Amino acid sequence: MSFIESLTAYQLDTLKEVGNIGSGNAATSLSALLNQKVDMTVPAVRIVDFDQMMDLVGGPDTLIVSVYLRIQGDAPGNMFFVLSPSEAETFVREMTGIDSFTVDTPPLDEMGLSALQELGNILAGSYLSALSDFINVLLQPSVPLLHIDMAGAILTQGLMELSQESDYAIIIDTIINEQDNENDPIKGHFFLLPDPESFPKIFDRLGVED
Amino acid sequence: MVVETKEIIKVGIADLKFAKSPEILRTSGLGSCVGVVVYDLSMKIAGMSHVMLPSSSLSKRSDLNQLKYADTAVPLLIDTLIKEGARKYALKAKIAGGAQMFSFSSSNDMLRVGKRNEEAVKVILDQYRVPIISEDVGGNSGRTIEFSLETGMLQVRTVNLGEKQI
Repeated sequence: MSFIESLTAYQLDTLKEVGNIGSGNAATSLSALLNQKVDMTVPAVRIVDFDQMMDLVGGPDTLIVSVYLRIQGDAPGNMFFVLSPSEAETFVREMTGIDSFTVDTPPLDEMGLSALQELGNILAGSYLSALSDFINVLLQPSVPLLHIDMAGAILTQGLMELSQESDYAIIIDTIINEQDNENDPIKGHFFLLPDPESFPKIFDRLGVED
Repeated sequence: MVVETKEIIKVGIADLKFAKSPEILRTSGLGSCVGVVVYDLSMKIAGMSHVMLPSSSLSKRSDLNQLKYADTAVPLLIDTLIKEGARKYALKAKIAGGAQMFSFSSSNDMLRVGKRNEEAVKVILDQYRVPIISEDVGGNSGRTIEFSLETGMLQVRTVNLGEKQI
């Protein structure tokens, strides 16, 4: 039996708390960045097969805007910050004032793309630094990579490590919401995908027994 | 007017499905994964595999999922087609995918998995003497592919590079 299939309810709750702490910090950063109130959902820890993971963002050929970071250090893994194209456009327009910014008609505005990458960088960075403090492990994020493409094509890349071991992924999923903007609120999914060998380390540091 | 609805058979990630004319086989969001279609056009049967990793030797467990690896999924695809009535000498293949989605200057071998998937699929098809009629591989875009048994054409759709028939 693979590790993922043998997780206990208590261990899943611990992972939920991990997501809570990380995304709470990220939501604070986003709020400061936009100077607006930001909400977040209670994190969900999902054990999903690969097709179900794509369905979380609308299906494998849904166009998504994703910022990806490879996490190195004591508990390696992958992290995605995913926005829908219209959410990404709203964000860029609010940040940069470039009202004509779109993500679907190339050539894309360099300044806008850079703003998106920076958004992912700031949010993922604050997520990971909170996490790193909480579980007391060293986490080093890579340079963030921005992709605008089909969900299936982007997200499977984050499954490569774990797909050698399992047909399921543990996803710590949080949605953060911009509160005040009623027309087109910015929503973002955080997906944290620890590598299989990172779980025992996380549980050990938090004193969670089997 | 007669509206003909053709049933679309969806192939998931690390999945394998078969179809008879006029059904259409589709798999969505291929990145570094490779979509392999093997077909016998005169018998009107085809199979499509969505390969995720090049070799089952990468698996760290014994009860591995055969549909995930090029070296186990492609043989299964060909053997099942023959069992279903396809003639081995008439089998042909079309492949798409194997993109490098992420450009890292990292030593991590998993990041060039697209190229390795493509190579692994070609090696197996060559072992079975199944010719590759057309391919759309590499690059750095996601692809959604649809194979029509009526025409034998593989439609490849990308986000930024449009659609083409191969």
